Amino acid sequence: MKNSFTALLGADRQADRVVPPSGFTAQLTLFTAGAMAFLAVFALALSLAAGRLADRWASALAGTATIRISAPPEQMDTQVAIVLSLLSTTPGIASARAMDAAEQRALLEPWFGPDLPVDALPLPRLIEITEANPGYDGTGLRQRLAAEAPGAVLDDHTRWRRPMAHAAERLRLLGLLSLLLIAGATGAMITLAANSALAANLSVIRVLRLVGAKDSYIVRAFVRRFTLRALTGASAGTVFAMIGVALLPRADEAGAFLTGLGFQGAGWLLPLLLPPLAAVVAFAATRFAAFRTLKGLT
Amino acid sequence: MILFENVGYNYGGGELLSDVALRLAPGSFHFLTGPSGAGKTTFLKLAYAELRPTAGQVTLFGRDARTLARDDVALTRRRIGVVHQDCQFLDHLPLATNVTLPLTVCGKPGNTQDLTALLEWVGLGKLADALPPSLSGGERQRAALARAVIMDPDVILADEPTGNLDWEMSLRLLTLLVELNRMGKTILVATHDMNLIRQAKSQLAARVLRIANRRVQLAGADL
Ligand SMILES: Nc1ncnc2c1ncn2[C@@H]1O[C@H](COP(=O)(O)OP(=O)(O)O)[C@@H](O)[C@H]1O
Ligand SMILES: [Mg+2]
Repeated sequence: MKNSFTALLGADRQADRVVPPSGFTAQLTLFTAGAMAFLAVFALALSLAAGRLADRWASALAGTATIRISAPPEQMDTQVAIVLSLLSTTPGIASARAMDAAEQRALLEPWFGPDLPVDALPLPRLIEITEANPGYDGTGLRQRLAAEAPGAVLDDHTRWRRPMAHAAERLRLLGLLSLLLIAGATGAMITLAANSALAANLSVIRVLRLVGAKDSYIVRAFVRRFTLRALTGASAGTVFAMIGVALLPRADEAGAFLTGLGFQGAGWLLPLLLPPLAAVVAFAATRFAAFRTLKGLT
Repeated sequence: MILFENVGYNYGGGELLSDVALRLAPGSFHFLTGPSGAGKTTFLKLAYAELRPTAGQVTLFGRDARTLARDDVALTRRRIGVVHQDCQFLDHLPLATNVTLPLTVCGKPGNTQDLTALLEWVGLGKLADALPPSLSGGERQRAALARAVIMDPDVILADEPTGNLDWEMSLRLLTLLVELNRMGKTILVATHDMNLIRQAKSQLAARVLRIANRRVQLAGADL
């Protein structure tokens, strides 16, 4: 099969000529291959963008919740100690660490400038929590904090992203599934077109068999045509879709998902795989259809 | 070359041919006669592996026809030139390309001089570029003969090759077949044209087979 694929791309125009040209089927095949490639580019862009989003959100999730403790200065250290020991017995927490004054100053600096006298201010103390996988039970933790250290407040600002990351992951899967469906539909469409071409040319096939043509020769004549058509159509569809993606307006980095739809860097090479993929699908589908038709003839 | 042993053929409604025993020796010339519907075409189809016998055994070039794979059938047909009863061509390609089609499909390069000579020989030199649908019945039959011999086959089978030709054209085609036989080809012609057979017998030693009562018998010399 590999051999016949290379022979196909080679010089074998002879086999092509023995089958009369068929304008209408040819146009339909070109058009459908183009449309399918166009859709496939978007499905691919969707998968890639959803994948990036899922990765970004998942990494943002990896870690950072904080507990803020506000207490009179003389109780502060006790409360911090209570919270730390409480956290060490809470399932779903990988580590917890109280920030020292220097770190807190670094955090506040962008807002208040370097000269802030952190020590003199009644600032809350911060405890940084790194979440384990699976994570902790937020409601339960809040209740225990309220009971044992009334000045402590859990701030798990990244938790809302968890369902979003799941959704993005799901979206990536759907995109990949769409690609598979598009490939399958392309194969089905080419099989139908090839079957109709084979049926329309039964008398040609009979003549060829009668003068001593092997099946492989006859199959090649049809396979070559449909492979080239699928390649041409899919190339056009891919180019148009890539231009469409390239012209999508960009928003800022934090931009919404829609404006992140597109390819980045080497990702631009991926859609270029679609035309050869369409050609391989057409090759296999036509070959299958042609051999099946020939089996019914002597 | 072609050997029939107790061959029977049945399309499904009872045996059309039974107990056929025949040997086509190299260099022989046979006619096959019988009324329309007797099974002449069926017999020829058995001889070029378009049909497989439903009883007995057909041996083509030493191989049981029933054991031939599809590619073997193709290879066998390259050694047997057939002029079909309904000559089929590729209507979108000119006559010359149609005549060289057997060479094309097996990847052999055609020789332009040979082709020109062949077309002249069958009297179609001026029609090399014509499309098959524009040809007359006689021209089609001669084009089919040219296509049948271009591979220089050992055996030539012709199914009513003069079926729709006038007498003059029939004689011309017969002459071509006789010449081929003199060149050493084994020839089998199905026809129910008795005049044609008589004419041939005056030129060479042809045997006449007749299909009667589902059997293929050697006819007497009393034609
Ligand atoms: N494919 C077929 N299926 C069923 N019957 C057939 C088929 N081909 C031929 N026959 C029948 O077989 C008989 C012999 O046909 P054929 O060999 O063409 O005779 P001939 O060439 O001597 O006129 C005819 O009665 C014909 O109807
Ligand atoms: Mg007949």
